[in-house]
Amino acid sequence: MEIPKIGVFEENARLPLTIGKKEANLYLSFIYVAFISLFIGGLMGLLQVLVRSGSFTLPWGIGYYQILTLHGVVLALVLTTFFIIGFQYALMGKTVGISDKQRKVSWLAFWVMTVGTAITAATILVGKASVLYTFYAPLKAHPLFYIGLALVIVGSWIAGFVNWRQLYLWKKAHPGEKSPLLAFMVNINMIMWFIASLGVAVSVLIQFIPWSLGYAETINVLVSRTLFWYFGHPLVYFWLLPAYMAWYAIIPKIIGGKVFSDSLARLSFVLFLFFSIPVGFHHQLTEPGIDPTWKFIQVVLTFMVVIPSLMTAFSMFATFEITGRKKGFGGLFGWLRHLPWKDVRFLAPFVGMLAFIPGGAGGIINASHQMNTLVHNTIWVTGHFHLTVGTTVILTFFGITYWLIPHLTGRTLTKEVNRLGIIQTFVWTIGMTIMSGAMHIQGLLGAPRRSSYSEYGGTEQAVQWGAYQMAQAIGGTILFLGIILMVYIFIKLAFFSPKGEEEFPIAEEEENAPPTPMWLENWKLWVAITIALILFAYTIPFIDIIQNSPPGSPPFDWPIGNS
Amino acid sequence: MHLHKYEKIWLISGVVALALFLIILGFGAFYLGTHPQSHGITIDPANIEAHEAFQSENLGLTKVDEDKYIVNVVATAFNYDLGVDEDGNAVKNISIPKGSSVLFQVVTPDVVHGFNIAGTNVNMMVEPGYISSMEVEMKQTGEFTLLCNEYCGVGHHMMFATVEVY
Repeated sequence: MEIPKIGVFEENARLPLTIGKKEANLYLSFIYVAFISLFIGGLMGLLQVLVRSGSFTLPWGIGYYQILTLHGVVLALVLTTFFIIGFQYALMGKTVGISDKQRKVSWLAFWVMTVGTAITAATILVGKASVLYTFYAPLKAHPLFYIGLALVIVGSWIAGFVNWRQLYLWKKAHPGEKSPLLAFMVNINMIMWFIASLGVAVSVLIQFIPWSLGYAETINVLVSRTLFWYFGHPLVYFWLLPAYMAWYAIIPKIIGGKVFSDSLARLSFVLFLFFSIPVGFHHQLTEPGIDPTWKFIQVVLTFMVVIPSLMTAFSMFATFEITGRKKGFGGLFGWLRHLPWKDVRFLAPFVGMLAFIPGGAGGIINASHQMNTLVHNTIWVTGHFHLTVGTTVILTFFGITYWLIPHLTGRTLTKEVNRLGIIQTFVWTIGMTIMSGAMHIQGLLGAPRRSSYSEYGGTEQAVQWGAYQMAQAIGGTILFLGIILMVYIFIKLAFFSPKGEEEFPIAEEEENAPPTPMWLENWKLWVAITIALILFAYTIPFIDIIQNSPPGSPPFDWPIGNS
Repeated sequence: MHLHKYEKIWLISGVVALALFLIILGFGAFYLGTHPQSHGITIDPANIEAHEAFQSENLGLTKVDEDKYIVNVVATAFNYDLGVDEDGNAVKNISIPKGSSVLFQVVTPDVVHGFNIAGTNVNMMVEPGYISSMEVEMKQTGEFTLLCNEYCGVGHHMMFATVEVY
């Protein structure tokens, strides 16, 4: 009689794995924080558009810039990072698995991030940190604001280290095999995040914290801004790449198709890794202290992401068309009709994809060296990122929520919730079209971003802007209704939907798909090229900035109402 | 790696369009001189008056030649200092004839500001330690709002003046 080998099953396990209850709780915890953030941040957004309409004043001495700071920090940093890490953990758990030890370390990541978030949010709520989420020096917030932010970043690194370890162990157990596509993508994103957030971490730990505590008398303003934007642009790709994961590897399954090309998907992620980071100067184009030639070089590097973006767009529509034709829908556009328009898991991300067409076009304008001067710091920019992160990314995240939450809670996406989700998608689309559209136009007319209601001494221009701010108040109110609906859907899916099994959709390759070349797994080479590009783009201008530095700046806390 | 024929066409035309686009940007920047403002000229933010342009009597609009003007500005939270008029009142409106060429020079002794004359090409970050400057030709008549478009504190939105081109 043979003794059954313990562990054989696990070693030979093929995709997809099953997510256990303990793991599910970990992944869900991140997403709970994300949805609490969505509600708080959304409420702040509502208050802002109401104040800017000119017919509403904040009660109890709450400041406009206080809620603006909270809106930015809670949505751009907390909601995104928590959702992404929870989602990426779920992808890793499903494709390569998680060990007990990794799960415990991941809880550490969760608590470090959550404590950091609570500290930062508290300093903003008591009005000691109205410095906006970019916290430009020499405005000085309470030191705890920076300490909290540092904890969020450090916590996210722990999550990244766990993700790398997960894939490393899987590869050791599966020699000679290519890594699962989604695990590959998660690892690329976390490498990008780690390299990029080193910049802001250095700035916060070496510059801001000692300076805000009084140990350093002055701060080098331009160095802090350069380190911030070294992080700030890859930050937006850190939001976008998880949406791309869903587009490349999950949506095809939802529409009943296959992955268009495994190798192209990987190549596009590698290109995003290369060209996300050495590009921060395009946020600093109108600054006085950076050499214009280096600004231009980084503009050129910025535009390299057009290539993986075009690859992505082609892949998406190719998948749609191939799937449609396979199902027997011919004609030039007949295949479009087959798409599951009534399935919110598809509809919400699809609207997100559409929003990326004007979103991307606006981004091209923003990054265009001299053209940037026309729109820099106008509310056009706010309109731009409400399309990209506020529509493309968030609608894709909502699209993921509809199946991921019930999958993790052992419930199902009911027809009723699906219908509510479709309504939610429409509400969001209408609200955002009005709000973002009005912001774009108002920005072209010269109106500034990040500004409370002002009549600017009654100029004709300011009167003209008022009408667009009214439109933003209407759009913003509709969006807030969309947030309430989404939070309701989330609670329903998490706690009240009928018990059952919801699919975790992961698309497979075509059976006759050409093999993915192994050179795509050359992690060391990808990291080396990424670092080389960063050194190329930043070394000379950074030395120049430091060598030609003006005297540093002392902290200023009275402009934000502290003293 | 296999690339579909249509995808090759799609990518090649995209890359060609991109190259063309970047060449146009580069031509504008390096040949026509349309770089965004970047001069890298430093100043001690604690002692801006060491520079002649920012001594109080030199602030605001100065005519230097036929159709040539200089505007020196000190941006502070939450005010644009454009000098004083004959009666000693702070100037909040400057008038410039159409078609004149104007050099704007702006510094700040405190925090970061955004010097923007809405509806014109004048848009530059003002950071402590640097002189921001930009020369423009005022081609259109009208009343333009000079405002701050980078958050500088609780009174950020109250930082404004007007520029009239006649």
